[in-house]
Amino acid sequence: MQKTYYDPADLKKFGKISEWNEELGAKFFDYYGKVFEEGALTEREKSLIALAVSHTIQCPYCIDAYTGDGLQRGITKEEMMEALHVAAAIRGGASLVHGVQMMNKVNKLDM
Amino acid sequence: MIKSLHKRESALANSKRQLEILSNGIFQKGVLPTFKEKISETNEFPLKAKKLEILQINVGYMCNQVCSHCHVDAGPDRKEIMTRETMIQCLNVIKNTGAHTLDLTGGAPEMNPNFRWFVEEASKAGIKDFIVRSNLTIITANKKYNDLPEFFKKHNVHVVSSMPHWTRGKTDKQRGYGVFNASIEALKMLNAVGYGMPENKLRLDLVYNPSGAFLPSNQKSMEKDFKKALLEAFNIHFHNLFAITNLPISRFLDYLIASENYEDYMYALVEAYNPAAVANVMCTNTLSVSWDGYLYDCDFNQMLQLPVNSKVKHISDYNEDLLEGRNIVMSQHCYGCTAGAGSSCQGSVI
Repeated sequence: MQKTYYDPADLKKFGKISEWNEELGAKFFDYYGKVFEEGALTEREKSLIALAVSHTIQCPYCIDAYTGDGLQRGITKEEMMEALHVAAAIRGGASLVHGVQMMNKVNKLDM
Repeated sequence: MIKSLHKRESALANSKRQLEILSNGIFQKGVLPTFKEKISETNEFPLKAKKLEILQINVGYMCNQVCSHCHVDAGPDRKEIMTRETMIQCLNVIKNTGAHTLDLTGGAPEMNPNFRWFVEEASKAGIKDFIVRSNLTIITANKKYNDLPEFFKKHNVHVVSSMPHWTRGKTDKQRGYGVFNASIEALKMLNAVGYGMPENKLRLDLVYNPSGAFLPSNQKSMEKDFKKALLEAFNIHFHNLFAITNLPISRFLDYLIASENYEDYMYALVEAYNPAAVANVMCTNTLSVSWDGYLYDCDFNQMLQLPVNSKVKHISDYNEDLLEGRNIVMSQHCYGCTAGAGSSCQGSVI
């Protein structure tokens, strides 16, 4: 029995999700594939966004996948780390911006 | 500068040891299908040689660089060099076959003392595409090589050069400290005589090899990124980018094993196996000639000491009828040429 929640080998089984619901699985993977095609943004830019989001949602599978994808696309480690700091800044900022709500509440209740 | 596997007397300098690792593996996750089994699924076995179109000549393993991924294990300490006598035998074949492409490689081919003589003689043979695989830094390495761009231009040579990335860090890590700056300088010298300029017929193509244990991405998209980055930062132009997968042999195999990436890399190659790439692999229309004149299906087979499966083994005995239709010699490294969009000396094959 696997003793950890995450097994790197499971990433390769992602496609098997469709086996228990082919219709919805197919729709998801069609959509997923389309999203990452070059459009107004390049595939490279989309890969960096995916890497940043992967860290925000703390998905180890996605981090592995988009780190590898980034290397394949020639994305440098400096670019990857900058993208990560953007994610961290937004994530930190998201907590901090709620401080306004706290301040509003304090200002309302405090004498 | 690191030394070649040969100079270090590494076990991997021995091609038999490499083949042993490739065949028996060091796999914990199961057994890899053999390449023969894999291509048999699509009735491509045995893979047969077609009419010769590309003659690739390795004029020696001597090089001024020691790249960490080099499948030739080339370097300044390698002394194998093609003699003028063997070059004459190659010229006889060039003149008597319908091959449209002559592809000179090494090592650094320019370091062969007979290199210029050979280029001058071969250029008279009316070859449609005359390629020299230059590592770029040789052009700036010594004054005696500084005129190479003019020399290439005079003989209408098609220059193909390795450039693993548009950043200094990644390039120097794979090809040695200082290689990036020297390569940029050499590219500017080539551009200055017309090579790589958009409207100019003097062809300058770059070769991209991934700088680690991963496969190349889409060739067209990489080319776009390379062009944008090199133009913006250095005003450098080139024509096409060839994306080539690193094959798990020689120094790249050494790196894969040392970094504990070998097993995963082999699985990645097998998973990326693309039956559509098999029909266009370079070994079916290419012959690779080694520095000592022996014949191989490709440069990789040459380094693994896997000669052609034919009665004809040497360029001095070249016989088109006996070589055409021969069974291509294969091993597990062939997964490298059939992964993803496929890989050849001219980049992806699909």
